[in-house]
Amino acid sequence: MAVTTKTDERESKLLPWTERLSEVPWWALIILLLGALVVYFIIVSPTYQDAFLFLVAGVKITIGVSLISFFLALILGLVLGLGRVSKNVVFYTLSSLYIELVRGIPILVLLIYFAWVVTPLFLQFLNWFGTALANVAVGPLVGLAENMATLAIQDVDMVVRAIVGLSFAYAAFEAEVFRAGIQSIQRGQMEAARSVGMSYFQGMRYIILPQAIRRVLPPLGNDFIAMLKDSSLISVLAVRELTHLGKLNRARTFRTFETWNTVAFLYLILTLSLSIFVKFMERRMAYEE
Amino acid sequence: MKNSGVEPLPTDDDIIVIEHLCKSFGKVQAVVDASLRVKRGEVCFIFGPSGGGKSTLLRCINGLEKADSGTLIVDGIDVTHKKVNIDLVRAEVGMVFQLFNLFPHLTALGNITVAQEKVRKRSKKEAERVARELLERVGMPEKADVYPDQLSGGQQQRVAMARALAMNPKIMLFDEPTSALDPEMIKEVLDVMLDLAKEGMTMVVVSHEMGFARAAADRMVFLEEGRVIEEAATDELFENPKEERTRVFLSHIL
Repeated sequence: MAVTTKTDERESKLLPWTERLSEVPWWALIILLLGALVVYFIIVSPTYQDAFLFLVAGVKITIGVSLISFFLALILGLVLGLGRVSKNVVFYTLSSLYIELVRGIPILVLLIYFAWVVTPLFLQFLNWFGTALANVAVGPLVGLAENMATLAIQDVDMVVRAIVGLSFAYAAFEAEVFRAGIQSIQRGQMEAARSVGMSYFQGMRYIILPQAIRRVLPPLGNDFIAMLKDSSLISVLAVRELTHLGKLNRARTFRTFETWNTVAFLYLILTLSLSIFVKFMERRMAYEE
Repeated sequence: MKNSGVEPLPTDDDIIVIEHLCKSFGKVQAVVDASLRVKRGEVCFIFGPSGGGKSTLLRCINGLEKADSGTLIVDGIDVTHKKVNIDLVRAEVGMVFQLFNLFPHLTALGNITVAQEKVRKRSKKEAERVARELLERVGMPEKADVYPDQLSGGQQQRVAMARALAMNPKIMLFDEPTSALDPEMIKEVLDVMLDLAKEGMTMVVVSHEMGFARAAADRMVFLEEGRVIEEAATDELFENPKEERTRVFLSHIL
């Protein structure tokens, strides 16, 4: 009898309507409503439709640049992260220097710097090296040397420079994520790996990194979303991604509201679906552990 | 010469030769002028109060800690020498840790095969055969595909022993292998260790399990404040300890 009253109590004790209302995820509903509104405008309003069709081409570039840049940033970041936990003084110092330098400069400035300072310098070096190589090269190397010697600055596409800039900038952040992940693994793991005869490198490769990477997947997902947003900065390099197309569309049509509403809408679609994907991955990883 | 005088020259029979070994962490002296020899096939039992340098001495033997000074020769290789590839020594010296240190992302089988494949370069098939044999030997063949966090402490420690044994080590080091275990699990671990001792494995055991010492140890070493206070054959040390400190310590724990 006592048991039934208890369950009855729980069932009948419905929350008052004011409290129930406060538990509804209003923010999500408002976002959905705004999204539906934009979709409605795109369907019925010719100016919105025009803006949408013009801008949607930029989404491809935005996604492509973000994916490639993030992939490169992960690889470079992993190397730098390993440097941060390395006992080798040179490796450690170089990694730390890079991370501290790059983290301290705004990404916008870095992008401009890589596009208009580093790339020309690198090209000068390449030309010089190609010329020197052409003098001594034999066989198939001759063609390569000549190509290197004659490569001109305008041959380097702005998309490439943007990708280089974004990857180098984000590598510094990913390096710190990897360092934190590696350091979160108990010291005993490396000791056990070494005690069965593995080298430091093998211990990292087969024991520490598989555990560390699993742990840092959530922050990496966050950083990918952040990079997708920061890819709008490459519009200063006139890469035809979403934001740059937004500027062009406004200049073309003078429809400021329609243009930037649609740009914001398209970014939100990308970032929100990504964050849902990240949440899904996190939950899956949590189950596996 | 360090060897002139009292200490006889090491022979081929001495698989571990430690002479005047010192190790300190900052201002704390963990091991002070320790000398010790372990013969092939011998079970050497190191005991003493906590913080006495037992673990540090053990960890020096497979190079997990670097000695500050002194000589340490393991199976004919001078471990303290700068140019020695310590990985080669470690592959011959198995180690069992107090907290097991199993690899949590690998199954029991994976824990035992990974080093065989990567260090000993055995084929996957061969490594798995060895691993299953060893799991049988430590009495848990049905746990091959289970991850460490689903195993009890005693089971984890037995997998850890199998992992070390899979490398066919010449020496096994035990760093308080039962200290982190519930009482009813201690026996299953000690049983495996007793079997090993019977088979003639060279073992250096740091532990408080005096019952195991009595049953399996050939020699016992009492370590306190980083110094070797007394070293004697097991029976002799139990029946007739020479040093007052050893006597007091034994009376406290027996």
